[in-house]
Amino acid sequence: MAASEQMGRTVPAGQVILEMRNITKEFPGVKALSNVNMLVRRGEIHAICGENGAGKSTLMKVLSGVWPVGSYDGEILFEGHPVTFQNINDSEKAGIVIIHQELALIPELSIAENIFLGNEQRKRGVIDWVLTQQRATELLARVGLSEDPNTKIKDIGVGKQQLVEIAKALSKDVKLLILDEPTSALNESDSQHLLSIMDGLRSKGVTCIMISHKLNEIEQISDSITIIRDGKSVETLDVREDGVDENRIIRGMVGRDLESRFPDHTPQIGDVLFEIKNWNVQHATRTDRLVAKNSAFTVRRGEIVGFAGLMGAGRTELMRSIFGRSYGTFLGGTLTLNGKERQLKSVSDAIDAGIAYVTEDRKTLGLNLLDDIKTTTVAAKLKRITHNLVVSETEEFRFAEEYRKEMRTKTPSVEEGVAKLSGGNQQKVVLAKWLFTEPELLILDEPTRGIDVGAKYEIYGIIQRLADQGKGVIVVSSELPELLGLSDRIYTICEGAITGCLTKEEADQESLMRLMTKTSGAGGVALDEEPAHDPGLSA
Amino acid sequence: MTAIKKIFGGDTRQLGMIFALIALIVFFQIKTGLTLDPNNVNNIIQGNAYILVLAIGMVLVIIAGHIDLSVGSIAAFVGIVVAMGIRDWGIPWWLGILLGLVIGGLVGAWQGFWVSYLGIPAFIVTLAGMLIFRGANQWVGKSLTVPVPEAFQVIGAGSLPEVGPNTGYNNLTILLGILGCAAIVFGAIRSRARLVKINAEVEEAWVMWTRLALICLVIMGTMLLIASGRKGFPVSGLILVALVLIYGFISSKTVLGRHIYAVGGNRHAAELSGVKSKKINFFVMCNMAVLSALAGMMFVARSTASGPFDGVGWELDAIAAVFIGGAAVTGGVGTVIGSIVGGLVMAVLNNGLQILGVGADATSVIKGLVLLAAVLFDVYNKSQGKPSITGLLMRNRKGSDSAAPAATNNPAADATSSLSETTRTEG
Repeated sequence: MAASEQMGRTVPAGQVILEMRNITKEFPGVKALSNVNMLVRRGEIHAICGENGAGKSTLMKVLSGVWPVGSYDGEILFEGHPVTFQNINDSEKAGIVIIHQELALIPELSIAENIFLGNEQRKRGVIDWVLTQQRATELLARVGLSEDPNTKIKDIGVGKQQLVEIAKALSKDVKLLILDEPTSALNESDSQHLLSIMDGLRSKGVTCIMISHKLNEIEQISDSITIIRDGKSVETLDVREDGVDENRIIRGMVGRDLESRFPDHTPQIGDVLFEIKNWNVQHATRTDRLVAKNSAFTVRRGEIVGFAGLMGAGRTELMRSIFGRSYGTFLGGTLTLNGKERQLKSVSDAIDAGIAYVTEDRKTLGLNLLDDIKTTTVAAKLKRITHNLVVSETEEFRFAEEYRKEMRTKTPSVEEGVAKLSGGNQQKVVLAKWLFTEPELLILDEPTRGIDVGAKYEIYGIIQRLADQGKGVIVVSSELPELLGLSDRIYTICEGAITGCLTKEEADQESLMRLMTKTSGAGGVALDEEPAHDPGLSA
Repeated sequence: MTAIKKIFGGDTRQLGMIFALIALIVFFQIKTGLTLDPNNVNNIIQGNAYILVLAIGMVLVIIAGHIDLSVGSIAAFVGIVVAMGIRDWGIPWWLGILLGLVIGGLVGAWQGFWVSYLGIPAFIVTLAGMLIFRGANQWVGKSLTVPVPEAFQVIGAGSLPEVGPNTGYNNLTILLGILGCAAIVFGAIRSRARLVKINAEVEEAWVMWTRLALICLVIMGTMLLIASGRKGFPVSGLILVALVLIYGFISSKTVLGRHIYAVGGNRHAAELSGVKSKKINFFVMCNMAVLSALAGMMFVARSTASGPFDGVGWELDAIAAVFIGGAAVTGGVGTVIGSIVGGLVMAVLNNGLQILGVGADATSVIKGLVLLAAVLFDVYNKSQGKPSITGLLMRNRKGSDSAAPAATNNPAADATSSLSETTRTEG
């Protein structure tokens, strides 16, 4: 075979490292992939784009042997030979390594131990620690880390952890590296660093496949893009030759042009609904740190207020301290809702007062994945449907249906388990759960994290409708374009202090970034010093 | 096949256990001819009611994500205090029962405090409790056996009395059965009507009626069987039925029940939804101790005396019942009724093997294997995203007569064979 051709794209056979042909994978009742084709050139960064649930992860699981040969139809050619992986070990032996979105590192072990976990450097059956150290240092250098390999994983930031994962992959003589949402948990500067490391790997001949929702990053770094829609490979774009930009990718993903990423909206802003003053909160575990320093802000009825800040700036901590003091130690401050000063000492106080908080971490903090949609919908305010001690199942069903229709949640029925829904639909269920509490102030922490473009647009629409109903809405987001597109006013936070407030007209990415990095003390922002495993937020 | 599924509802896991229970009963009845003897049925109920009472409390503890190892020791401790109270201080039997429940509550408050407010894992707290209250039992009772009066023995060994005309049956038992059936039918019709009113999806009428007919058949059959014997329905069975109804209601219909599931399913998410998880944990631990106290008193009443080794190993029987009944080790999953069925599976197995003259050693081995097999199915089927145990049972019987699945052989052996078949097809 002189050349491989797929979907109008021809690549000389020698340059092809991976070819997936007519991959079809069925789950009971669902066809997750149907006749997917993909062609990856040696030494390129190949992005896979698609909405949530399009089948990207399934495809990568087929490739890496998570789904063994025989459980799918189709053919995989790696380096020109058909491969039949029974499990992950097989694919790793062949040189295909996958790094999952949820990092698989053990917090209590050192960097070196993690890198060689399952691949320990042994001499006559005993671990050779000198060799382990030495090789770990080499590998760390390749990913631009100068950390001591004896440092425990829990003591380095999530950005560096991601790099350790890559070093671990490199230790296995990787030929094809698959990264699933590598930057979704990283801040801007860590993301850029990771992308430059990927660029370096590319120049050393490592081929990368990258799944990402961050289209700007894909546009920036990838050489070609395979777009998957509804389990089918739609097209493969050559980034440079085809002159691909974000809009072009979106068009491929959703199958149409999204004229605007944000629905049109004219705000109707009313009186002040919510205000905090002199708000001070101590870190949950470190008594020498304040996560909110004399913070003060207001939210008006009908207003969407954005909160910008780098990771670890204290946005989530501030919001959770407002939401019934569910984070850290409250040191003092006043909270005024509807003109009345309130003491909200517990989450149920906050809910009763009319505050709702949608967490940034849907799966571990927002949902009970064992529940179905209807149970979830009513979970935060059961008393609304409880009469004489009995939770009314008929009202539960009725409300769940009502919100399902209002949110346009895609599900066969409200009796479906929430674990089975896609990220966007899960988020709609979470929103429904909080709307059911009839809140006046809605705090949305990263409301569109891990959600595809189409669903994002819908969520934005919902947020705007809520504001138009006279509710106050707070949106915390790490994506500046999202804040700029959605908010009427944006506060910036840095190291626990509110450093600025810009109106929609005043704000742009640059001005926000300047305020987000405006530290009160001397020295720059110590981003990487923030440990990723913050017990206060997960406990 | 789909008709059977429809009739028994979507919970195939529970259905599997019910089939296993029926299979066991049929198997032992054929083998021994004694299992369905009225006196034996009475015996099974009286001899296991206290374990099933524990299973009710234990399922809530396990749903909330904890475990309780101290139930046997608490039962023994309460038993001896009550027995001595009645004998030595001369308090009446009913006050003795009340005293026992109060002591159970206090013990539960103690353990609940450690678990929920000091954050010590329940495994540790109740392991300590197991030692503490076992010691307390032997200390208080000086390791002696203390008898209880006959009036007290009613809650463990009593039966419904004979009243009314001589029908050859125990009239009250039959009346109880009729009332039970009427309540179930009435409840089903009412909830269906409400569902229809809000345009929710309802099952076809024939499905409902067939199910109701089956349930009533089982209830009336059991009641007639018992009523034909020498004694009426046991009082301990009545207590059990009442508790099943109360706790079934609490766990499925009330805010408290929802919150227990929520805390067990995802504590952080529950807390951020306004659930006071400490209170919930306190409640389940405290409630468990109260039910342990009740179980202890029922046992003492049946065996006519409280002794230093009452309740040894009960925690394990109760925990086994809950897991066989479909609860998850990680919390958030489980039902009261499932645990009762799980407990009955163990009880019938025990009883049948005893009648067959199988030694205690072999019985223990078989029970252990049954527990492993039951939980293995759950774990395996979940990991494969497949229908549960029943799905496998049914697939095995495809083409053959489906009326009496697993009727001819031991379900444990059955279970193993269907598993190995699945493994083969997977590999």
